Amino acid sequence: MSKLYVARNPRAAARSLDGEMMIMSSRDSTLFTLNKTATILWQSADGTTPLDEIVEKRICAEFEVAPTEALADAQTLARELAGHEILQISETPITTPKQPFGDKW
Amino acid sequence: MSLLHELTEKALALNIPLSVQLDLTYRCNERCVHCYLDHDDHGEMTTVEIKHLLDELADAGVFVLSLSGGEIFLRKDFFEILEYARLQKQFCVKLKTNAIMIREREAARLREIGVESIQISIYSHRPEVHDGITLVPGSLRRSIDAARFLKSQGLRVIFANVLMEQNVQDYPGVRALAEELGLECTLDPTVTPMMDGDRSILHLGVGNETLRRVFRDQALVGDEDEFCAIPAPGDENSLSALPCSAGHTACYVSPYGDVFPCVQFPLPTGNVRKQKFLEIWRHSEEMNDVRSIRLKDLTTCTSCAHVGSCTRCPGLAYMEGNMRGPSSQDCEKSFARTGVPSANMLAKKRLAQNLVQIRALPTSPIVSPTGALA
Repeated sequence: MSKLYVARNPRAAARSLDGEMMIMSSRDSTLFTLNKTATILWQSADGTTPLDEIVEKRICAEFEVAPTEALADAQTLARELAGHEILQISETPITTPKQPFGDKW
Repeated sequence: MSLLHELTEKALALNIPLSVQLDLTYRCNERCVHCYLDHDDHGEMTTVEIKHLLDELADAGVFVLSLSGGEIFLRKDFFEILEYARLQKQFCVKLKTNAIMIREREAARLREIGVESIQISIYSHRPEVHDGITLVPGSLRRSIDAARFLKSQGLRVIFANVLMEQNVQDYPGVRALAEELGLECTLDPTVTPMMDGDRSILHLGVGNETLRRVFRDQALVGDEDEFCAIPAPGDENSLSALPCSAGHTACYVSPYGDVFPCVQFPLPTGNVRKQKFLEIWRHSEEMNDVRSIRLKDLTTCTSCAHVGSCTRCPGLAYMEGNMRGPSSQDCEKSFARTGVPSANMLAKKRLAQNLVQIRALPTSPIVSPTGALA
């Protein structure tokens, strides 16, 4: 099974409020709050660490949850957040998160 | 409870400034007749200072950042600041502008950086009225062109229509124009005193009779009977309520780094060039004084029929001399809306009656029924 890489979309507005992330989608300004698990996923989404590694090292280490089940949940969540343009997902490392500007700026 | 309301409650409990308005400059390319600012540059924060402030605001938990002025596009580093705020610090950014410097290129760049909304000041759909307020010929055409460019980029644009006697008849036209362009529109009947306390521009505001008519426009207020209903008396809950978000989950920073509870509340609480923002936010005596106000502590207003429903602005009250006192402009709004005079209005009337101690002499002798001079 191929790896999944996740990166925070730099265009999403985001702030931590008492340990939970408030995030506003850049696509339609919808406001979300992420629970603690999703917040860990967001904070770990550096584009180069595979999702299964994030789940194993950050989520399973903190919460009592089976790795397979946690990974399936994380994949669903990552795709959902990507749908709102909050996260970027790719099967290859996202070494340079997509820059919103061309050279002209 | 909406998610935003829930987050605001949480921020309030944690003493976090969820929302900050930062004016980047007081310089402006319009000269609106009702503007409360002077437009000279008295030493604006540099790009470096502003970026440092944005670092501090992000660390303090600020999520919504409104960039305003003056005219924000007059700063040559505007896009550098905006890009830093959005892409480095992940603020949700709202812009307030007259938009006359926004063309296709700027609109495209705003879309690419991503802003939550752009609020544009529009006073009328007729150039002779709008330009007569901004004192810049051609400004309406340029602002509307900009709104079109922004809309074509898929951005959220809001027309902000300040109502004065000079333009109040045109708000249906502004609303129709906004609708035609697919934009939102807000109306505000408040003219704010100058930042230095000068109240001479207040006469430009809409008078009571006009305001009464506006408040009865069903296209605007919906159910007129409900909107203009005589208010229910304040109860324990409403009297314990906070007057507004100023100093609680929101504040304002001037182009010179001065921190105030709100843009309409010019009580100095500190300066970010001399102190850390969080130090001011958490420990300023003035900010904590503002925070301590509850409706039940207000002089005059606690006994007012409108206490539970009034839009009383503590900043306008402060500019009248007492942040715990009434705001006459809001008294007038409550009166225009319901026909019930506020406690403040009644007190002023009594005071005025007591002041009449010298009566004018009659111009001609009064003859009594007996024929003698009175």
